[in-house]
Amino acid sequence: MNQTFEFTLDGRVIRAERGQSIMQAADGAGVYIPRLCDVEGLEPEGSCRVCTVKVNGRFAAACTQPAEAGAVVESETAEINHHRRMLVQMLFHEGNHLCPICEASGNCELQAMAYRLGIHQPTRFPYLQPVRPMDASHPDIMLDYNRCIRCGRCIRASADVDGKHIFDFVGRGINKQIGIDADYLAETAASLDDLTFSPGLCPVGCILRKGQGFATPIGQRRFDQEPIGSDIERKREEPA
Amino acid sequence: MPAAATQTTTELVAQVCGRFGHDRTRLMDMLWALQKALRGIDKATQALLAQELGTRRVVIEGMVSFYAFFTDRPTGRLAIRLCDDVIDRHAGMEEISRTLQQELGLGLEQTSADGLFSLHHTPCIGLSDQAPALLVNEVPVTRLTPERARELIRWLRRNPDPAGLAQTLVGDFAPLGDGCNADPLIHSLVENQIRLPGPVLFAEHRPFSGLQAALQQSPAQLIAELSRSGLRGRGGAGFPTGRKWDFTHRPPAERRYLICNADEGEPGTFKDRVLLTEKPDLLIEGMVIAARAIGCAEGIIYLRAEYEYLLAWLENRLAAARAAGWLGQAIGGVQGFDFDIRIQMGAGAYVCGEESALISSCEGLRGEPKNRPPFPAERGYLGCPTCVDNVETLACAARIFAEGADWFRALGTEQSSGSKLLSISGDCARPGVYEVEFGVSIAELLALVGAEQTGAVLVGGPSGQFIGADQFERRIGFEDLPTGGALLIFNQSRNLLQVVNHYLDFFIDESCGYCTPCRVGTVFMKKRMEKLVKGSAEPSDLDYLKNLGATLRASSRCGLGLTAPNPVLSTMEHFPMIYSALVKPPKDGQHAYFDIQAALEESRHLAKRRSMIYDVDYEN
Repeated sequence: MNQTFEFTLDGRVIRAERGQSIMQAADGAGVYIPRLCDVEGLEPEGSCRVCTVKVNGRFAAACTQPAEAGAVVESETAEINHHRRMLVQMLFHEGNHLCPICEASGNCELQAMAYRLGIHQPTRFPYLQPVRPMDASHPDIMLDYNRCIRCGRCIRASADVDGKHIFDFVGRGINKQIGIDADYLAETAASLDDLTFSPGLCPVGCILRKGQGFATPIGQRRFDQEPIGSDIERKREEPA
Repeated sequence: MPAAATQTTTELVAQVCGRFGHDRTRLMDMLWALQKALRGIDKATQALLAQELGTRRVVIEGMVSFYAFFTDRPTGRLAIRLCDDVIDRHAGMEEISRTLQQELGLGLEQTSADGLFSLHHTPCIGLSDQAPALLVNEVPVTRLTPERARELIRWLRRNPDPAGLAQTLVGDFAPLGDGCNADPLIHSLVENQIRLPGPVLFAEHRPFSGLQAALQQSPAQLIAELSRSGLRGRGGAGFPTGRKWDFTHRPPAERRYLICNADEGEPGTFKDRVLLTEKPDLLIEGMVIAARAIGCAEGIIYLRAEYEYLLAWLENRLAAARAAGWLGQAIGGVQGFDFDIRIQMGAGAYVCGEESALISSCEGLRGEPKNRPPFPAERGYLGCPTCVDNVETLACAARIFAEGADWFRALGTEQSSGSKLLSISGDCARPGVYEVEFGVSIAELLALVGAEQTGAVLVGGPSGQFIGADQFERRIGFEDLPTGGALLIFNQSRNLLQVVNHYLDFFIDESCGYCTPCRVGTVFMKKRMEKLVKGSAEPSDLDYLKNLGATLRASSRCGLGLTAPNPVLSTMEHFPMIYSALVKPPKDGQHAYFDIQAALEESRHLAKRRSMIYDVDYEN
């Protein structure tokens, strides 16, 4: 019963199915739209705004915007990439991100996105240098909130997939943060078997697995060899 | 003792949940009941509530920490919330704040040792025309002076019962407000200050005559008639109301909802307050007509927490409408037309004025906007088609059916039919509510309200735009200057940059934090504005602000982030001299903002000694 239709993305004709978001359709066609809060397998949230595109001249988040027949979508333009760079820089400056000493370096989507968008040096934004706690109470898992970018993936994974609802957002504005359903992680049902704590679910180095740091040497990590999004772009090269 | 106290709280929580049928979508009401009883909802209570409702403590914490009127530490039995808006500041609010702190022996956000008082600042409470103003719990006190503030606290110490507060106050303190403000159910000092009644909202109206006429027509005819009137939403965005009703009416659904947005949070806006006070029946009538057109059986009035003093009055008007057969079953004798309205209290969150955030709040969730599409007309409150209209829009609808679409269409201008209620405050002789026809110019308004030496006018509140004298011939209307209804007047002596800075703080505080540009970008704008105010900005800082503003406008998820840069961008555009006067090119490639002495201060403190190089009188 799937109805398919077409729209254009940066001039390329993309085939989509009814109910798909612009991002899902683009992924299927092997066209990568940068994103941070969205990850396959979870409901899209539309909070990081890095996937901002222009649909028929109006800005929208590709992860939550339904694909529409005949729509003209722009993604890789100078203007849009400029906004994306600004958003990624905002996320760097909002938290405390020290790539050279971070265990997630090379596996970090924020870092990889910065490289993909051409951010190689400090920016003009001020550093907010928040004082944020760490939670090392759990025997296997450690939380370093300094690196949290409020993508909400852990919230969605824990509630929707693991059925545990360990996390949720608390506070608002610049004080919005991940809250825990206990005083410490050790008091929750958190387990390494959860999707929430699986490698790559947290896009940065906020959720860390204990005793595994630097197990993969730098140079052989997820984004060391090729830019973020390459897995999606590879689909385009393969014959359909 | 703690065990007994816990027992009591457990019982209270169970009782509160029972009152709302353990329905998690009524979380706002449950939290209000607990906040009032306990003056704060601490983690232990949050856990009890979560357990009782079968949810997680962190979910409750997320709610309590989102809404400004909910707290996890106890506030005083008398929580004093002093309105901290620019207009109030210009009216002497800062001195009132100092007086209150002195008189109470308290700092901001502190609670007195006996638990009687706590003191807070709060954004605009809808009383800009009688500023400075404050709320004691839900009771508004207006036109404060330092003497009046001292007198108030002394009154409260003698009569610390919030229930009797208005009664006590009014006895010796001040006369009651005008119109229905004097009704025993409101009994408030608040004044209406209706300076100019216009042809639509404050004209003579036989109650429910619009509804009687509407009941002669089919829902499709009602929608067609409303569309023909040209009525557009009075919140500021101006979406055609007839189309909105049509979109809500169309999708097949078992239930549809109508929500009245009475969350008038835009600083400087207070016209809905006056409508709710003087014309509640007109609003109810408009809602019943809308319900008939849309085909819905349940309506909600989302009332901002700051207007809780109107709650008993509004409940009474709803009860009266029910008794008269205008609400309830078979309304007006039309079999099968059942409709009733409940009031949902907000809890202090500007973003809830955004329709999808308002729906979230009604559902017992954090007041975060939802992703669109789907739009509320398709999937809104509890997943059902939902129409959200503001107070003024619905009141207009009632008048349209009483007088006819052609009558309404003939008022105002081509694209903006009818009248507009304006809340006018700031530097003028006659602040208050004015009902004008669309098309009136700013210059005409300034003359009408007695404003002299006007330097700038903020049209539509901080999410609108600042305009200067060269633009005063512009006209109110969707063709030129759309507005939700606020007009704030600043004379030439006011420091516009301070005003802009203040509104940036407002947006920072009120951002829900959901999306990156609004959550972080507003903070970065503010930091750069501080540099400008200090006089250490360079020309590139102006580009920075424009750039950042453009990203907020391009990528924010809802209207709050999209409009948050407006105070900065509209003053940069219309008052460029203010900015250029403060900007200097850097000399010798040095950044003017780098202050070596300020930078050294921290190091001096840490090292516990002075600098050999920079402190010229340094001696070993």
